[in-house]
Amino acid sequence: MSISLKVNGKTQEVDADPGTPLLWVIRDDLKMTGTKFGCGVASCGACTVHLNGEPVRACQTYIDDVEGAEITTIEAMSEDKIGAALQQAWVELDVVQCGYCQSGQIMSAAGLLRENPTPSATEIDDYMYGNACRCATYQRIRAGIQRAAEILEA
Amino acid sequence: MNVNTSRRGFLKGAAATGAVLVVGLRPDGALAASGNPTMLTPFVQIGSDGSVTAIIKHFEMGQGPATGLSTLIAEEMGLSMDQIGYDFAPSNPQIYNNTLFGPMQGTGGSTAMANSYLQYRQAGAAARDMLLQAAAQAWGADVSDLSFADGMISGAGKSAPLGDFVEAAAALEAPAEPRLKDPSEFRLIGNPDVRRLDSAAKGNGTAMFAMDIQRPNQMIAMIARPEQQRATAVSVDASGAEGIKGFISAGVLPNKAGVAVFAESTWAAMQARNAISVEWDTSNAETRSSDQIEAEIRAALEAEPTYNVNDADVMAVRAAIDGADTVVEETFYFPLLAHAPMEPLNCTIEQTEDGGILMHDGCQIPTLPHGALAEIFGVPFEKVQIRTVLAGGSFGRRATPQADYQVEAAMAFTLTDRSRPVHLVWSREDDLRSGYYRPAFGHKVRVGLDGSGNIVGWEHRVAGQSIMKGTPFEAFAVQNGIDHSSVEGTVDSPYQIPMASFGLTDTEKATSTLWWRAVGHTHTAYVMEVMMDMAAVAVGIDPVDFRLSYLNGDGPDQQRKAAVLQLAAEKANWGNAPAGRSQGIAVHKSFNSYVAEVVEISGTAEDGIKIEKVTCAVDCGVAVNPDVIKAQMEGAIGYGIGHNMRDKITLTEGVVDQFNFPDYEPLRISDIQEIEVHIVPSAEPPTGVGEPGTPPAAPALANAIAAASNLRIATLPMNDNGASFV
Repeated sequence: MSISLKVNGKTQEVDADPGTPLLWVIRDDLKMTGTKFGCGVASCGACTVHLNGEPVRACQTYIDDVEGAEITTIEAMSEDKIGAALQQAWVELDVVQCGYCQSGQIMSAAGLLRENPTPSATEIDDYMYGNACRCATYQRIRAGIQRAAEILEA
Repeated sequence: MNVNTSRRGFLKGAAATGAVLVVGLRPDGALAASGNPTMLTPFVQIGSDGSVTAIIKHFEMGQGPATGLSTLIAEEMGLSMDQIGYDFAPSNPQIYNNTLFGPMQGTGGSTAMANSYLQYRQAGAAARDMLLQAAAQAWGADVSDLSFADGMISGAGKSAPLGDFVEAAAALEAPAEPRLKDPSEFRLIGNPDVRRLDSAAKGNGTAMFAMDIQRPNQMIAMIARPEQQRATAVSVDASGAEGIKGFISAGVLPNKAGVAVFAESTWAAMQARNAISVEWDTSNAETRSSDQIEAEIRAALEAEPTYNVNDADVMAVRAAIDGADTVVEETFYFPLLAHAPMEPLNCTIEQTEDGGILMHDGCQIPTLPHGALAEIFGVPFEKVQIRTVLAGGSFGRRATPQADYQVEAAMAFTLTDRSRPVHLVWSREDDLRSGYYRPAFGHKVRVGLDGSGNIVGWEHRVAGQSIMKGTPFEAFAVQNGIDHSSVEGTVDSPYQIPMASFGLTDTEKATSTLWWRAVGHTHTAYVMEVMMDMAAVAVGIDPVDFRLSYLNGDGPDQQRKAAVLQLAAEKANWGNAPAGRSQGIAVHKSFNSYVAEVVEISGTAEDGIKIEKVTCAVDCGVAVNPDVIKAQMEGAIGYGIGHNMRDKITLTEGVVDQFNFPDYEPLRISDIQEIEVHIVPSAEPPTGVGEPGTPPAAPALANAIAAASNLRIATLPMNDNGASFV
């Protein structure tokens, strides 16, 4: 079945069953591999993308529910003011280790900064709770979000 | 293990073979046979455009060797970090041998920097000297009049980029012993401002992990595995999957270990795997439960150990303890643990045009799958290529002596006509439920102390499932029947404890076991440091002072361990915790590095503990990339604390009880409020940083909990045994 998806501003036809998770359409059909598979049950956040600007877990989002919606992935985040600030902060602080979860971390962090431009450490912890990092880069993620907030304020 | 610093002559030999084997690694991973003259040594590739690429022989799972080994080359070549790139080495154990555990190319035991430090500096220095010599010849100048900085060669009134001399330099012989910089000349080594080379790509989605490999026309394969280890697949009925869009076929693996399900996409493979039905032969399947594993280990601790590890006079030790004024005794139990790297295991296998085999993998020990693939496909070793790409974590899991997942991919590939590449993908459930766990271990320790608070006897029994026995690593790691990885961190502790005996009993494996970040130290450090704490408290001596009294010898081992202990205590303001907070401390040597950690908590075990701050001090010799070292300590602390707070793998009649992250809950961002890392300045050779931060973390937390609540946690995880966390 053909479904029309708008990903990073570009509308594309995808031939997939309506119950297919968005994650696998993005990765396997659209060949955009920045969005990661970590658990498949929405408990690690590695697959986080934006749906109309809001972070969602792509592994538990089905394509027939998102037809016509604005889907944004990590590949477009350097064009986004908040995304670019986060990426700059991530490099300045060397947040990453293995890096596999970091697309999802940045997508969630962008959602946080959009609704709260100056989050406290506790607010960051509450918002980012669902994004697991097995390398435990959490302290730098926290600092990276606060640094990005500074960059955006300047 | 000693760091072999005598690498005399290796450059000459390596360069001679390297030019053939390494030159011309194309971006798609295929080796191009070309007469490319740009390879001066196998560790650095220089293009005539002046581009410099460090060839990294260790895989990158986040621990930083891509940056670290590049730093060594850039340092000796006088480059800035933005003038160097990196690429992962092809599988070639002759050239890219790990000098600390070879003959084998591989990463593990926190050896990447220790075994590369001189090699890569020498490679960079040789390249620099050859380029200078070529420039001197071109200009008719004396080499001593030329200088090399930021990629430019200058002198004798001239200046030109290094690329101008690459071809001439390639015709020169590599110097046997190029001059290495004196540490006083270092600009990059030890510089805290040097950034990781992989940060930008990992933050914008362009970094290529093994999971991101999408070869033209590839199939996805997932494996239906038995619920119990050692069960075998008899047959498969795939009719249930036939309506699934993208499903291709299913077949029993030649080794009967499971059923391969092939599909056009990952989602189709997942659905099809759920839809097929497999007949399993469970006649030899594992049926024990983790309760039985635990009972067996606890029983072994009550019996005389099989091995007297340090040839102690056990009766004399026992008599000393029996006659002591105070006796402190505890029995510990550590459950099975999964590694759960963020990127589920996967790799891609294909046949090359010349009938060889090419594998794309975040490959930790390439030599093991390399040999296995050659054997399975009956091709010469030289016709197997392993292209190493970024790995989304490992913690030891991507290295198994059996090359488990790479062999699985190969087995699946043999079911096909090999016309299409096969990308094997594991799910998180596969990852948590398929074995290769940190083995379960138990310890029983009795410590006797005299009226002045001095230890007069220490009887220590260890029981658990050997990691190394029955693997190719047995010859290296097992001596006189004793698997050193079962007792490392106890019998070889720098503590100078009088009248100590260490006994070991192997218990039968009910599941497959594997090294897990810091291996034996994951349990031995906990036991050593909780026992030291219990002993100190029992005799009313400050835990730091108590430990220092067993580290007051003249040996560097004692001095370095004492120094990190004192530094961590000082930086944490030990003994002066703010109101409402409690501190615990632990110090441990592993992988030739020394790490001390102070954990500061608020709350109590009953009402909920919050980990407010961890203060860490590390001595890992020369700190090549200080910020990478800090990051490794931060991550290793999280790894040690997270699992011991709340994780375990359990079996019910041989079947793993856990499924996915909801019941193997990872450390979360809110679990640790702050980590502060201090590095001891050192001129000693660099030692490990990937693992040594893990061992002291959990015992420091346990000691803080004991200080807050008088609760001694001896059976892990903590939240099953009296502690709750908020």
